[in-house]
Amino acid sequence: MHLSSTSRPQARIPLETLKADIETNLPGCVVEIISNPSPSAQHSLLVDAEHAFAVATFLRDQRNLDYCSNVTGIDWPLKEISQKVKVKKLVDDVETEVEEVQKSLTGGYLEVVYHLYSMELKTGPVILRMRTADRADGVHLPSLTPIWRSADFQEREIFDLYGVTFDGHPDLRRILMWDEFTDHPMRRDYVEPDDYEYEPTAHDEVLRKTEAHYANKAGDNKFGDSAV
Amino acid sequence: MNEALKTELGKQGIFATSLQELYNWGRRSSLWPLNFGLACCAIEMIATTMARYDLARFGAEVFRPSPRQADLMIIAGTITKKMAPQVVRLYNQMPEPKYVISMGACAISGGPFKQGYNVLKGIDRYIPVDIYIPGCPPRPEALIDGFMALQKIIDEQALTGASRPRHLNAAEPSEFIIPKFGAHDLEPPQNPAVWHAPLVNITTAGEDTSGNA
Repeated sequence: MHLSSTSRPQARIPLETLKADIETNLPGCVVEIISNPSPSAQHSLLVDAEHAFAVATFLRDQRNLDYCSNVTGIDWPLKEISQKVKVKKLVDDVETEVEEVQKSLTGGYLEVVYHLYSMELKTGPVILRMRTADRADGVHLPSLTPIWRSADFQEREIFDLYGVTFDGHPDLRRILMWDEFTDHPMRRDYVEPDDYEYEPTAHDEVLRKTEAHYANKAGDNKFGDSAV
Repeated sequence: MNEALKTELGKQGIFATSLQELYNWGRRSSLWPLNFGLACCAIEMIATTMARYDLARFGAEVFRPSPRQADLMIIAGTITKKMAPQVVRLYNQMPEPKYVISMGACAISGGPFKQGYNVLKGIDRYIPVDIYIPGCPPRPEALIDGFMALQKIIDEQALTGASRPRHLNAAEPSEFIIPKFGAHDLEPPQNPAVWHAPLVNITTAGEDTSGNA
């Protein structure tokens, strides 16, 4: 069997090179490398929403990333994280090291992740991220469906389940839930309708649901669900 | 009619029957299921109708693609909330007498998807179900068993009296509320005329009441 050199997958494109490449070719574009500390080490490029369309066009046309295999969404609710930091302070005129708790806020945005491959160069994935301004009104991101048609349904799914509005999408409608539905079920603060039904071995999440259900219906018959 | 007398007459070459028996025999021997599947259970349902399991032996080989010509609805699979109104609408379009087999865990209760936001917790929330077949998915043998149980139910129906079937009782409804797509859930989330939550009372050892619902 003949194995040509082009049939073998090539090494991944190093992200530092790609970042510099994008920034020199598209002036004004802000690209940040988000590192992945897990063993998979799938680091990704965070691009600003304003230039994302230009970056995507550049990656497809100039860098042969011709295939978008997957688009997904992530919800990052606003979260307070506290870190213990050692700070030098003057205590009774003596400089001592004191542990201080520093609090900071992270999250508060929705994120969209694109996995890009190159069929031509047999390389990938290059992971592209975009973040919305917030989780309420500023949920607009440019649609990359005009660049990779395979993003069509997946962007609709993110619109449906996370509530990201993709500007420039040719057919932005809900795809899984019905049109009259107003919630975004994959958001972490989604509250589902209280429709609990008896479970013989409720535990964890379901047990919490049980307790919440019966707390809501405090006066009701405890042994019968009177949700009629 | 006395069963012993009937057998005796049969031995003498005289066939004796009642209108009720004849009527029920005719109906149970020629059930036309609706050609309708929702998920993996439908694959088992299809297998049941094919050569190996041969549902035709029981008079149900004619799967009709139109609800107007069907009298048995086999709910084979997961009913998403988006699909539920269509299922109820199809049921409403079927002429009486009509029966429902709820096949598999999803059609019975939502199955593994019960705690999700998008799956209906059992089709019996909206339409009356005659036979429940547990399994995930149930094997063709289980469907055949459920089918035979349904035939038995039909066989034993009295044509007159208070317990007569729905299609012979003008006061009983043959159409049911089609749920509407609401902003957060289906509206109504269940039809109170058809379904109410099961009554459960569990006593546990000690003071652990967490299982009580």
